[in-house]
Amino acid sequence: MRGSRRPRRRGRALTAVFGIISVIYVLPVVMVLINAFKVNSFVKTETFALPDRESFVGFENFIKGMTFGNYPFFRSVFYSVVITLLSTALILLCTSMAAWYIARVNDRACRVFYTLCVFSMVVPFQMVMFTLSKTADTVRLLGFWGPKLNTPWTIPIIYLGFGAGLAIFMFTGFVKSIPREVEEAAAIDGCGPIRTYFRVVFPMLRPTMISVGILEIMWIWNDYLLPYLVLDRNEYMTIPIHIQYLQGSYGAVDLGATMALILLSIIPVIVFYLLCQKHIIKGVAAGAVKG
Amino acid sequence: MKRNDRAGRALLRRPIRRSWPLFLLPTAAAFVIGFVWPFLQGIWLSFCAFTTTNNARWVGGENYLNAVLDRGFIYSFLYTALFALVSLVVINVLAFAVAYALTQKIRGTGIFRTVFFMPNLIGGIVLGYIWSILFDGILRAYHTSILLETRYGFFGLLILMCWQQVGYMMIIYIAGLQAVPEHMLEAARIDGASRWQTLRRVTIPNVMPSITICTFLSLTNGFKLFDQNLALTGGAPFRFRTYADGSMATIKTTEMLALNIYNTFYGQGSMARGTAQAKAVIFFLLVAGLSLAQLRATRGREVGA
Repeated sequence: MRGSRRPRRRGRALTAVFGIISVIYVLPVVMVLINAFKVNSFVKTETFALPDRESFVGFENFIKGMTFGNYPFFRSVFYSVVITLLSTALILLCTSMAAWYIARVNDRACRVFYTLCVFSMVVPFQMVMFTLSKTADTVRLLGFWGPKLNTPWTIPIIYLGFGAGLAIFMFTGFVKSIPREVEEAAAIDGCGPIRTYFRVVFPMLRPTMISVGILEIMWIWNDYLLPYLVLDRNEYMTIPIHIQYLQGSYGAVDLGATMALILLSIIPVIVFYLLCQKHIIKGVAAGAVKG
Repeated sequence: MKRNDRAGRALLRRPIRRSWPLFLLPTAAAFVIGFVWPFLQGIWLSFCAFTTTNNARWVGGENYLNAVLDRGFIYSFLYTALFALVSLVVINVLAFAVAYALTQKIRGTGIFRTVFFMPNLIGGIVLGYIWSILFDGILRAYHTSILLETRYGFFGLLILMCWQQVGYMMIIYIAGLQAVPEHMLEAARIDGASRWQTLRRVTIPNVMPSITICTFLSLTNGFKLFDQNLALTGGAPFRFRTYADGSMATIKTTEMLALNIYNTFYGQGSMARGTAQAKAVIFFLLVAGLSLAQLRATRGREVGA
């Protein structure tokens, strides 16, 4: 670019301004990092100071944080991972199949179901939270048999039900935009619906899969109220529940240890973000434009 | 040709329809369990007195009457509306300004975008605790705490929400700004329009769809806010109030609608659950109404454009 001198200077000034704002922007996360290595009492009194010889405790906070509150932190991490991955996989598989069915069959039942799904997107969780948690306490996996829906292994079904709206909406929109000739050709060649779906449609859905997957992962990983109300609290916790539990149940909680746990829980998120930033931003933009 | 087309369509459609138990049933069943049934039951229970779902007794509109007579509920409604409006303006102005600056071909745009979006990945509960410690670190110097003053709670939550949402809205605005036709900007430049004139007459009308989306998104986000509210202040400080008609109530002065409903369900003993469910239905109508207005606004724009 061969711009005149003034715009270039303005550009440099803007870069400097945004550089400073960016540093301020990451400060809260830096503060978590700093305070994770301080003695509890110093977190309160000297929140913004760097750890010094007096306040530095090394990894003591992490060790303490892993064990206190009579529920080991790594169990919460484990359940968070299980719930997020299982639910996202289930949502991606089931709703994409259903969306293909809806887009291709398109009879009255499909249209009713689709309308209901779109409708569910505007219903806030508080509307159904009480009845949903009671339902999860009574319904079993296969109707009257099998485990109840209030365990980390079965809560994905609840997530599939409550989160179907956005996924169905996005997948159906995409399937409608792809020409059906390819699928018809596959059908003429003797492919049944299952093979047509997995061999022909599924690969084409990839970009939408990534967008929907990212939206679901971000939602479920950070979700607090749904798992808190649905899961059996004495047995299972997730990371947000664990952190809320530590803060809520103890008046004089160990802030240093809490900071250590917060740090542990946001490191994977930030790594995940830096690794697939492009997809995340694209997915969020796609979801927002529709939602 | 047309018959061939129809034949092809039927060839595809009939086998798919036959395999509905595989394709449609799992999602539909989960949808009934996870949404339809709880939703219908929720509406039914809002007209009942109950402590759990199987001892409901029909009481008509009593719950709704209790809900609208509840001082705390009305207070939280007004507080939420105020917060949603203020945050709507602040977040959108900041996000648009940042997006506009970052689309001006300056160095480091990619890094800045990464940084500004980052807080979106951290969950509301964790965000709330990070900021409560930061705010208390600052306020301790003045011998106070975020839990002691309503306005601290209000502006604290506003700062938190800006920190989280500006990056999100910025992404949508950047997408909108990049879609502004280059030839229109070029034409404005040739006609000698100033930067400000170009922004007002060319850029902003062209990003109107993004503005509509972001406005409603931040409005509904503000109304539905729960996690951050719970973690940052949890409704504190509580104030005891006496009203003109002689009635008295303890108001949780930073409690927003969603938290008020939650506290009515689980914090006040099981007798208030009917009222809580009625509040939830009112809340649903409010949020759904806002979303509907959004749909109409975006549709209207598309037709107009």
